[in-house]
Amino acid sequence: MVGTEQAQAEHRAAQAAIAAAARGVTLRSVTKQYGAVTAVENINLEIAAGSYCCLLGPSGCGKTTTLRMIAGHEEISSGDVFIGDQRVNGLPAAQRNTAMVFQNYALFPHKTVWKNVEFGLKMRGIPAHERTERVDEMLDIVGLAQFADRRPHMLSGGQQQRVALARALVTRPQVLLLDEPLSALDESLRVKTRGELRKLQKQFGMTFIQVTHAQDEAFSLSDQIVVMDHGHIDQIGTPSAIFEEPASRFVAQFVGDNNLFDGRVLQGADQNLMAQIEVDGLGVFVGKGSSASVGVAATCCVRSDRLLLTPVNGTLPADYLNQVMARIISIEFTGYITRVSLMVEQTETEILYKARTTDWQTLALDEGEQVRLSWMPEHCSILLS
Amino acid sequence: MAVAIGRGAIALGIILSNVYRRGLRGLLPWFYVGPALVFLLLYLVLPVVQTIYLSFLDGRSQQFVGWDNYRFFVTHAAAGIALRNNLLWLVGVTGVSVGLGLVLAVLLDRVRYEPIIKGLIFMPMAISFVGASVIWRFVYAYRPAGREQLGILNAIVTALGGQPIGWTVETCWPLADWEPITLPGVGWVWSCWGIPFLNTLALMTIMIWLQTGFCMVLLSAAVKGIPSDLVDAARVDGATEPQIFWRITLPLIRPTIAVVATTVVIVVLKVFDIVWVMTGGHQETEVLASRMIKEMFNFRDFGRGSAIAVLLLLAVVPVMVSTMRRFRDGEDGL
Repeated sequence: MVGTEQAQAEHRAAQAAIAAAARGVTLRSVTKQYGAVTAVENINLEIAAGSYCCLLGPSGCGKTTTLRMIAGHEEISSGDVFIGDQRVNGLPAAQRNTAMVFQNYALFPHKTVWKNVEFGLKMRGIPAHERTERVDEMLDIVGLAQFADRRPHMLSGGQQQRVALARALVTRPQVLLLDEPLSALDESLRVKTRGELRKLQKQFGMTFIQVTHAQDEAFSLSDQIVVMDHGHIDQIGTPSAIFEEPASRFVAQFVGDNNLFDGRVLQGADQNLMAQIEVDGLGVFVGKGSSASVGVAATCCVRSDRLLLTPVNGTLPADYLNQVMARIISIEFTGYITRVSLMVEQTETEILYKARTTDWQTLALDEGEQVRLSWMPEHCSILLS
Repeated sequence: MAVAIGRGAIALGIILSNVYRRGLRGLLPWFYVGPALVFLLLYLVLPVVQTIYLSFLDGRSQQFVGWDNYRFFVTHAAAGIALRNNLLWLVGVTGVSVGLGLVLAVLLDRVRYEPIIKGLIFMPMAISFVGASVIWRFVYAYRPAGREQLGILNAIVTALGGQPIGWTVETCWPLADWEPITLPGVGWVWSCWGIPFLNTLALMTIMIWLQTGFCMVLLSAAVKGIPSDLVDAARVDGATEPQIFWRITLPLIRPTIAVVATTVVIVVLKVFDIVWVMTGGHQETEVLASRMIKEMFNFRDFGRGSAIAVLLLLAVVPVMVSTMRRFRDGEDGL
């Protein structure tokens, strides 16, 4: 259908219409209980219209339940869900102007690709000629026009995924919900599809909400990341905020590549003073942190690429106030980055250090050597447990 | 069974060509399947051939009578009734037990005490045809009006103020008192303005009672095998529950429906015990199998009995062929 100028103009108009209609999603004190088990507890969340939001967390953290409540597949125990300014509690899934891409795509195996994409339009009573137009157009967009007559099982995983996307987008929803859409794909395809997802979201301008347990996926796709754990939201922020300043020990650990040292607050932070924390066997660390009272359990968190690795007897730059001595356990070459595992022997604390491979090579260090690791207070967060 | 003969011939051909090409080593596989083939030959192929042979001889298997025994099907009124009843059983029992099984499978999927209810419905499956018939003789039991009714059906009917009905005797339950009509040309008279074939329907009910549970259990497993995501996806797309049933559930469980229907068809074609115990084939309730037993062992007419057996065999062949074809095509059916 796309090809003639008029059709393209119509196509652009249709997309503009969708973009204009895109609406945000708001959750207010949303709770979901299954009998005595609370899957999601008192969640408050605002997702801006036309943005790409990822719900990130380990399995069982309540992210899929949250998505299913927005979709209408799951009833809300208490609280309110708004799509745009419309409260959608109890509204059937079909009337919420959302569409869903399922983890296993949920394509109808007995229907052709074309009929799969058509189904939603047919059920909504769209006239036949318009259905034909919209399905053809959508299959063009996802590049599957030549597979229209195939059955889903005759397609590759990536192609099936695109059919699922086409089926969801063809109904022109205001919010697209994606439940781990990339987890069934292999690594290289996942990276490629990630790019396509982001492109489609930009192109259509609608709100995308995606559930994922992979932080790299969340980082590369999102405008906003919601980190969840045990039915709670731990942190909401942009990818860089989540990466640079994790708000809790869990987020720091889940996002990965952080070194965590558990200890007790020695001195809370105030306007002039950094916080201090004492970690058994490692000493006192200084870092950014909250004004907690002395003795409270806390964690010192520092990213593995913020560490400075120097010989034991070398001199330290003035700002590097925090330091530990550790022995190199293993060196892992991953290409651009080299990952080094170290251990503080007296406490058996494991530490991860990451450096650009070229920088690492100039250090000329080997496994078994004792080194000094140091870091600046600015790069260190004191997180309360 | 006719297929088995064909397969035997093909097998022999393959054996010979294998031995010819690869020497004695080609014989090894046949050493393993040999015993099974021998038993098939002894207990399946030979009896079939023998039965076909007998069906062309007279009652005492002494003289060749050509197609005489087969002419029985078109000339004898009793054979006509048996054929008609078999057709009724085939369509009625298969249709109702598969249909009812499907409805139960879909509806019970949403019921709280599903396992208990399904267990109850499945239970008759474990009862033999003769046992079930004995139970249903009590259900259908008839006493003349005015006496205490032993059968639960007639007890209900009389309690509601009706006359007791001979469920297994009456060929018609008249609901209107109209004149019989004669179809012009063939001279066929229709005199039942009400429920026809009442007693045959009563017997079929027993079989339906026995088979519905089986259908329900298999279809229920198929319904549960449909990923819930598919149903959710249809729901987001705005499909109503009936649309989900007709457009998603039904097409997806079609292969199972075919298997279940085939199984019931084969069981129904073999039906004999229920008719034999309930009515002995009287009052126009005869089916082919009961007639076959009657001809064979009561009347000692081996020719006619064999002819009926051959007819039943021929009736099963298309079902078998379609089943085998489905298995060969990988049970896809989509």
